[in-house]
Amino acid sequence: MAIFVDENTKVIYQGLTGSQGSYYGGLNRAYGTQVVAGTHPKKAGTEVDGVPIYANVAEAVEATGATASCIFIPAPGVRGAVIEAAEGGVEFIVAITEGVPAHDEAWFFNKLKVDFPNVRLLGPNCPGIISPGKCNIGITAGHIAKKGGPVGIVSRSGTLTYQALYELKQKDIGCTTCVGIGGDPVPGTSFIDCLAAFEADPETKAVMMIGEIGGSAEEEAAAFIADEMTKPVSSYVAGVTAPPGKKMGHAGAIVSGGKGTADAKMEALAAAGVRVGHNPTEAGELMAEIVAGL
Amino acid sequence: MDLFEYQGKQFFATYDMPISPGEVAFSVDEAVAAAERLGTPVMVKAQVHTGGRGKAGGVKFAADIDAVSEHAGNILGLDINGHIVGRVWIEKASDIAEEYYASFTLDRSAKKHLGMLSAEGGVEIETVAEENPDAISKIWIDPVEGLTESACREWVEGANLNPKANDGTVAILLNLYRAYTDGDADLVEINPLILTPDDKVHVLDAKVTLDGNSVFRHEDYAQYDETQPRDEREEAANAKGLQYVGLDGSVGVIANGAGLAMSTVDVVNQVGGAPANFLDIGGGANADVMAGALEVINNDPKVKAIFINIFGGITRGEEVAEGILEAMNRVDIDSPIVIRLDGTNAEEGRSILEPKLSDALMMEPTMLEAARRAVELAS
Repeated sequence: MAIFVDENTKVIYQGLTGSQGSYYGGLNRAYGTQVVAGTHPKKAGTEVDGVPIYANVAEAVEATGATASCIFIPAPGVRGAVIEAAEGGVEFIVAITEGVPAHDEAWFFNKLKVDFPNVRLLGPNCPGIISPGKCNIGITAGHIAKKGGPVGIVSRSGTLTYQALYELKQKDIGCTTCVGIGGDPVPGTSFIDCLAAFEADPETKAVMMIGEIGGSAEEEAAAFIADEMTKPVSSYVAGVTAPPGKKMGHAGAIVSGGKGTADAKMEALAAAGVRVGHNPTEAGELMAEIVAGL
Repeated sequence: MDLFEYQGKQFFATYDMPISPGEVAFSVDEAVAAAERLGTPVMVKAQVHTGGRGKAGGVKFAADIDAVSEHAGNILGLDINGHIVGRVWIEKASDIAEEYYASFTLDRSAKKHLGMLSAEGGVEIETVAEENPDAISKIWIDPVEGLTESACREWVEGANLNPKANDGTVAILLNLYRAYTDGDADLVEINPLILTPDDKVHVLDAKVTLDGNSVFRHEDYAQYDETQPRDEREEAANAKGLQYVGLDGSVGVIANGAGLAMSTVDVVNQVGGAPANFLDIGGGANADVMAGALEVINNDPKVKAIFINIFGGITRGEEVAEGILEAMNRVDIDSPIVIRLDGTNAEEGRSILEPKLSDALMMEPTMLEAARRAVELAS
């Protein structure tokens, strides 16, 4: 099994007619993802490489039975696109777009929570999600992941997610699902959401979690792991040497007022029984040890 | 984007908050002229993007014009936590009966806006939070619902201010929340918010951080971007659209992806080296971007070795390798380069680089080994 998406997931691409959307939508489709529709308010009735374009998500859902949506809309339009997707009837929304204002993110997070409690948002500013061999939504290079299990991955960073998938593949370890929750201050899906889903997934036997500086999501995840998880976890947290007050590439990756340091996060995770590596390779090796002992 | 105090006050003024009349000055003469127009007594306040101005001697009361001249002369050029003061704010002095603290920011854990109000103003809120947490009255605001007047009043009444300050504070906080949300701020802070002897509530300081991601709907924010403190390297990198943070070491770092770049800086540090920078060139790693990155790193005189750490995802290894070689042809590099190339088609990429390897261009199979080599070369 996989979490959130699998071979039955039908996906709409909001922004499929754009350069990023058509490129990654095409790659996702070639991977085997059911790319069933795109949307564009003025291009309904046209096609992108045989994929039909509808005026909006509601019409695309009605015509195709899609259950998920992937957003490749530029940042100013993301707030509208997220709500359009939720109102249109999909259950899972993946927002890849980088540079969305934090106030928009806080607004649609709370809007979804109240008005669309059954809709899950992943992102924004995330690489997407891949259940290897089944479904790949977003910008992850599918072939660097080995399908199967027993490891689930959740990460705040894109390239470190690829690195993690690759480290595991080199060691011939498969992945059930790899979720990139993104590096923004208000991610739609949290570490804890993913850890809970992996804990409930019978095929996932262990979880690799990749964090970074800023906020307290890793500390909250550590508390959840200590209290609620039976499956072993290995982890890596990037940004040990990041200077305070500087955003390290991601909007959410900032140490402010002495809070959100990598050291504090690693300490919290280690105290929760997580095997913490000091670099991605070490975290991969720790996971290999965990898998060997399963 | 961090605003100077005077920019923050002007920003607040557009949201109808009471601030004192004042002028910004870049020289002693301008400071004196400003004070003459405003009328003494005035405050002479250093404008820097850092705290602790008062302790450093950057905020002075001037009873007359001679004092303005003396203080402005001392404050301009002053080094406050590494920030050299280039401008002062001359402001009509206020009489203070009480000092409070007020702010709005995003609580990332609660995923709601957080308002904080305290009767203990004038000191750092972190200190109050540590020593007397009960002195801070908090309110969590759902961004969809916003801040209602009745909720605001209840919050203010819970802060135990002088009751005479309550009405004025409610009015200011409603406007402050509007500035925070409509203005797409990460932080708005008034410390101190004062009650004057004639019972008026007044904004005496302003700390504002705006969300750089929101500039598409705030065209006027370009003026604030121009006044951000950046070192020359950051200026050059920003002009090329690269994500760069300057550090103090001798190993130049180039990586694709923010997480990998952070991790690369960490690993250089772990093996005993000192990174010169954080530089994320994004996912693509094509020749143009790579050449720009190499140029920025190469212009940093402290750099003694360069570590290029690329993980090919969608971009294939051979494209990355060709990009690196082409970039090296375009830029004259002074320091040896160590490359670690992994991921999609890494073998093909490495075989393109193999024949070009020399003392100036080295390759290592893993991130750790490459970091060790680069650190060795830099020392």
